[in-house]
Amino acid sequence: MKHIISPLDFSVKELDDVLCLAEDIIADPKKYANVCNGKKLATLFYEPSTRTRLSFEAAMLNLGGNILGFSSADSSSAAKGESVADTIRVISSYADICAMRHPKEGAPMVAAKYSRIPVINAGDGGHNHPTQTLTDLLTIKNLKGRLNNLTVGLCGDLKFGRTVHSLINALVRYENIKFVLISPEELKIPAYIREEVLDANHVEYKEVSVLEDVMPELDLLYMTRVQKERFFNEEDYVRLKDLFILDMAKMEYAKDDMLVLHPLPRVNEISTEVDNDPRAVYFKQAEYGVYVRMALIMTLLEVEKPC
Amino acid sequence: MLNISGLGNGIVIDHIKAGKAMDIYHYLKLDRATCPVAIIMNAKSSKMGQKDIIKIDGPITVDINMLAVLDDQLTINIIENGKIVIKKNPTLPLEVTNIIKCKNPRCITSIEQELPHVFKLTNKDKRMYRCVYCEEAFKR
Repeated sequence: MKHIISPLDFSVKELDDVLCLAEDIIADPKKYANVCNGKKLATLFYEPSTRTRLSFEAAMLNLGGNILGFSSADSSSAAKGESVADTIRVISSYADICAMRHPKEGAPMVAAKYSRIPVINAGDGGHNHPTQTLTDLLTIKNLKGRLNNLTVGLCGDLKFGRTVHSLINALVRYENIKFVLISPEELKIPAYIREEVLDANHVEYKEVSVLEDVMPELDLLYMTRVQKERFFNEEDYVRLKDLFILDMAKMEYAKDDMLVLHPLPRVNEISTEVDNDPRAVYFKQAEYGVYVRMALIMTLLEVEKPC
Repeated sequence: MLNISGLGNGIVIDHIKAGKAMDIYHYLKLDRATCPVAIIMNAKSSKMGQKDIIKIDGPITVDINMLAVLDDQLTINIIENGKIVIKKNPTLPLEVTNIIKCKNPRCITSIEQELPHVFKLTNKDKRMYRCVYCEEAFKR
């Protein structure tokens, strides 16, 4: 039995298998409509996250399975003080697989230790969010046709943005990836990512603070939101939140086949005028999130691929 | 120089970072020791400027590698009949349980008290330990 707690829990080969399965689902979703008949997914959401929860539930329903669960800690036995370990021991009797979102970092890892069913980390605090990374990789692979030989621009909050850290960790495993890190000084990528991931893997990167200057070199631009909840100081948030806004004027500098990705939700970091540009694929990316979760559920449940 | 003439059989934990002797003292549960224990704080050191020293005059079993997790610069001198018989520099263990605690307020260990605090050595050169749950680096 396998759990997915970190984006690196899959080898490159295993990841490739999941992405290939997801692409097959994209090509013919109806073929997969009943492969999880009689199976149940428990969504254990200790903090609200409508998008991720609905994406998981849609994925299981698309596979013909059923769903159960809770959407906040208040409506679970955690409110009575039950430990994660005890909760998952019980849920293991009720469902075949579970997706857990928890505000505390490492909670899904604790659950995996005591679980009798596969556990998928659906986000633990500011730590890991592996299914977002899988979604990003599927979007890139399906729309660019490759996961190697890419110059990837990461823009916005590179300090607290867990999606960015996970994506870097995942992409350094592919050949000839270059990163352009675009952020204000206060939101630069943490030193440990630079040293332990980028430098350790001999990956080429540069840090810049002006988006327009680097737009022409990018194959991908991954935008992120400056998250208010990460700041202790309101003034800092207000000062930094509007520094990078992608608009059509900036898109003029980009290659014709550059893709704009965003984990969503966005606030104002991508102007709505960009939405109609064919290079803006962030809503497609959200759609792919369902397909990759379908592939992940099938993989972890060891469901046979239909002919 | 450290004067160990007063010690018969015992251990001198030397080159402890200044101000950190009490962390080692509590980890070794020396408050329960029945033999003489001396703590010297902020002693002059040519190498470190200032250092702490603990002298234990009596038999005690010390896992020096575990001590290195708390303070990666310290050295251990085993004393027998008033002389240093073994001088050891500790080797960092790959994994430690309940030796150091995760201080990340967002870590699951901050709300589930019964969970063991487990750290892995993730960078040997930098002597870096990270919590296995939240991956926060342990700061000495």
